[in-house]
Amino acid sequence: MMRSHAERALPTLVIVGLLLAWELGVRAAGIPAYTLPTPSLIAQTLWLNAASLGHSWWVTLQITLGALALACAGGVLLAGVFALSPLTERALMPVAVVLQVTPIVAVAPLILIYVDSTHAALLLCAWIVAFFPILSNTVIGLRAADPQLRELFKLYRATPWQRLALLRVPAALPYFLAGLRISGGLSLIGAVTAEMVAGAAGRETGLASRILEASFRTETPKMFAALALLVATGVIIFWITGALSRRLLGPWHASESAAPH
Amino acid sequence: MADASAPLIQLQDVSKRFASGTAALAGVSLQVSAGQFVALLGPSGCGKSTVLRLAAGLEQASTGQVDAPALRADATQPTAFVFQDPTLMPWATVFDNVWLPLRLQGVPRQQAAPAVQQVLTRVGLADFAQAWPAQLSGGMKMRVSMARALVTRPRVLLMDEPFAALDDITRQALNSDLLAWWAAEPMAALFVTHSVAEAVFLSQRVLVMAARPGRVVAELAIDEPYPRQPAFRHSPAFAQACLQLGQALAAAHAGEGAPA
Repeated sequence: MMRSHAERALPTLVIVGLLLAWELGVRAAGIPAYTLPTPSLIAQTLWLNAASLGHSWWVTLQITLGALALACAGGVLLAGVFALSPLTERALMPVAVVLQVTPIVAVAPLILIYVDSTHAALLLCAWIVAFFPILSNTVIGLRAADPQLRELFKLYRATPWQRLALLRVPAALPYFLAGLRISGGLSLIGAVTAEMVAGAAGRETGLASRILEASFRTETPKMFAALALLVATGVIIFWITGALSRRLLGPWHASESAAPH
Repeated sequence: MADASAPLIQLQDVSKRFASGTAALAGVSLQVSAGQFVALLGPSGCGKSTVLRLAAGLEQASTGQVDAPALRADATQPTAFVFQDPTLMPWATVFDNVWLPLRLQGVPRQQAAPAVQQVLTRVGLADFAQAWPAQLSGGMKMRVSMARALVTRPRVLLMDEPFAALDDITRQALNSDLLAWWAAEPMAALFVTHSVAEAVFLSQRVLVMAARPGRVVAELAIDEPYPRQPAFRHSPAFAQACLQLGQALAAAHAGEGAPA
């Protein structure tokens, strides 16, 4: 019990230790705040700019979660179509791969030209980055059902719908959730990358715009403050998708139970 | 309804060649009537699983005739299949796993519950209805698999080395239990095994198969009181049958065949 408490506290202790080393190191070396601010100054800046940073955070969060939701819907839907029709998969998978391998920073300017609404353009960019892991994982998952279980369903003359609902979907769930955990982080990366390309202009802009803005003015503490919010957001998304995965797979799946695989 | 003595499962001069070109079976004929327990005994790769899969409709014969309830359009005589692995759905509880065959026939949970509970009681897992497969031992998982097979009250029970992965003690216990379940509701049973002792203990008739191509090379009726009691394992008749089958199996393995 003691050991498990210590193990749990370990990551927190490491982070607190690193922040403390940072704080003391910067103070001891007398590094100016515009080069490297101390964590305490970053926290202070975050507090003083809470309104503007909070607003930008909300904009970025909306794009991130919107893109993630669309990635889930699009990825799962497309995976379903691919699973039912291998021909469609052969026809469309290359397109999905092309979308996946194209660096988003490079396409984002084009998307911003073609799509009138900046919000929609940002959403599209983040979606392109986020949807592929969900798609490819779910496609594999829908095919991952134990062949003998499939034969059992055949023997009992299951309808295609029963096969999907009772066999293929449950078998695909661990794969989908693994994809979701990757896509959660990617949708944030996609959103911020697209914002960076879109630039600082406009009122309804996200945290990337605050970072750019602060960089033009050499407000390094504010850059770090915005960055801290982004990191926190990423970590929270990672936690939530992880908790969801444990909640849904906990009792039965090897990856989420104590027993080794 | 067909009359009781007519064979439920019938293979007539069946051969099976896989797409890869492998000749799995050549000229196999066999019959299993209602309430008969027949074992298919042979070395690995002799096509005994293929025979089972033909009878279940999971494979089609290349030539010859196969007739079995599983191949008919009307499912009035349900067929159950037990794989070597328990083949449970890991995402479903024991109850839901056993419910599956009924669920696929459209029987709702409430209505299926008495039958599921009854069959779980019969296999000794009444208290484990809400357990997850991952929490069970290998023997218990196999019991769940058996319960799932029995829940439809099948007329035909096809088993593909179901106890091969279990330790000897568990295996013998499950052999006795299987005969008790069979006695409660006699079925046409076709049991694939590579264990001579298991074949002798369980079945009324043993078909010995040889490999490449798979064929039946010997047939031995075991005319001892049935269903067998555990004491049968220590009787001279048991030893005699094992010896006879062992010799037939050795001859088949040597590729010489044996007089049928």
